[in-house]
Amino acid sequence: MESRGFYNEILTEHNLRPEFKHDLPDADIVLEGVNPSCGDDIWLKLKVDGDVITDGAFVGDGCAISQASADIMLGMIIGKTKDEALRLGNLFLRMIKGEASDEEIDELEEAGALKDISHMPARVKCAVLGWHTLEEAFKQEK
Amino acid sequence: MTTDNIRKNFPLLQQMDTIYLDNAATAQRPSCVLAAVQEFYEQKNANPLRGFYPLSLEATESYQEARKTVQKFIHAEEPEEIIFTRNTTESLNLVAYSYGLNFLKEGDEIAVTIMEHHSNLLPWQMVSRMTGAKLHYLECTSEGELTDEALQKGINERTRLVAVAQVSNVLGCVNSIQKITEMAHRVGAVVVVDGAQSVPHMPVDVQALDVDFLAFSGHKLMGPMGIGCLYGKRELLERMPPFLTGGEMIDSVHRDGAVFAPVPQKFEAGTVNAAGAVGLAAAIRYLQEKGFDYIQKKELELTQRAMEGLGALPYVHILGSKDPANHTGIVSFTIDGVHPHDVSEILSSDGIDVRAGHHCAQPLLEYLGVRSSTRASMMFYNTPEEIDALIESVSTIRRRMGYGE
Repeated sequence: MESRGFYNEILTEHNLRPEFKHDLPDADIVLEGVNPSCGDDIWLKLKVDGDVITDGAFVGDGCAISQASADIMLGMIIGKTKDEALRLGNLFLRMIKGEASDEEIDELEEAGALKDISHMPARVKCAVLGWHTLEEAFKQEK
Repeated sequence: MTTDNIRKNFPLLQQMDTIYLDNAATAQRPSCVLAAVQEFYEQKNANPLRGFYPLSLEATESYQEARKTVQKFIHAEEPEEIIFTRNTTESLNLVAYSYGLNFLKEGDEIAVTIMEHHSNLLPWQMVSRMTGAKLHYLECTSEGELTDEALQKGINERTRLVAVAQVSNVLGCVNSIQKITEMAHRVGAVVVVDGAQSVPHMPVDVQALDVDFLAFSGHKLMGPMGIGCLYGKRELLERMPPFLTGGEMIDSVHRDGAVFAPVPQKFEAGTVNAAGAVGLAAAIRYLQEKGFDYIQKKELELTQRAMEGLGALPYVHILGSKDPANHTGIVSFTIDGVHPHDVSEILSSDGIDVRAGHHCAQPLLEYLGVRSSTRASMMFYNTPEEIDALIESVSTIRRRMGYGE
């Protein structure tokens, strides 16, 4: 009866072996995101050239959902424009609310692995921490 | 008395298909408590302490009987020393606002243990901010022990108030209240005890312990939510000004002032939660019927089983004492490489209800160097099979999170 359940391989891989969890000393944008109820805490670091996100990383600590979600996010947004990144963020939030269509979820690629969070209200904040921090970072920059 | 028979008293335990191990957060209620609340509303409902008609008098009597039940349960000298509140938090705030703000001043010290639940810490941080009294932390060992040395260092001639939990809600360790009241009284300080985790699990005698204040909640004791108690020595309660003012707490009110009612009414402004008090009294009677001998024996057996099973897993670390007898049914633990929120999520998917996080005791976890933990907490109605299911599920978690064997 044991199942990996929600913790599928995509999620555990990004949690155990994150690609973007490291420092980025010459980052242009640095912002902390915290989830006070859980204690999840990340620092999002981005390098931008004009409107394009050229590199990104995060450091911090928290549950597998917050860490994997931030790692997946960075893989998706590096190389994209800020507007495109925000559009994906918006789509991600809609998926978490259970409002996105199957085609839209496909567009989110690996982040789609988190779609079941829509049935786990207590963990939504963990999943959106990275995306929210990204949104805040762009807002503060303006 | 078998556990099966006991579980039959709890409607939700009969219905639920998960294993409930979050009893330190709130216990389940036996049908006699639910019936007592319903009976109050069906047969005795009127505003207590006000009307002169029979129904109101009956409501008043039920309410005051509940007060006597609490008084005898914690061995207070008089029923007037029992104040009904909403919960432990409100009881502790009552002491902070009424006693703390009025009797403490700059130059005084408040000694508070590092293991306090936020509800016995934040009120004292507030009193410290408002009065200038200094907050001093009594630090425990990694096993949760408050050594004589730590106590002697923290309780000195400037100390006016000591705030301490009888049982830590994270470590489950039992603090030596008697020793602390002796030391505090020697220097003229009062002792405020958070009994939220102790009163439901062990006999508590406020006179033997010589505590000045004791706070606890009904809901952790199988009573209704929204009813709690504050015990205070009469002499102190009489000196203290009201916490909340308004209806039902006065003798007379005129344009230029008011005369407050005697204790305990002085501290029970507004219409009281009489049905809650009646439900709490029913819970106390239920507890007394089972008896603390049985309850403590059963809860120790469950704790032993949990600590042995979880402790045998090399990547599991149990917080607090190595002695199950010093855990009061609370087993908090961490798993190497897996965040407590993920631990509780996986346990939940296996049908096991536990708590994860900082358990409202962030300074303690910081002090112990853990950011958060998973907590399983037991009550005498839990079964060995439930504990085995917990251990079994915990033993699969690292594999399910992608770690190799």
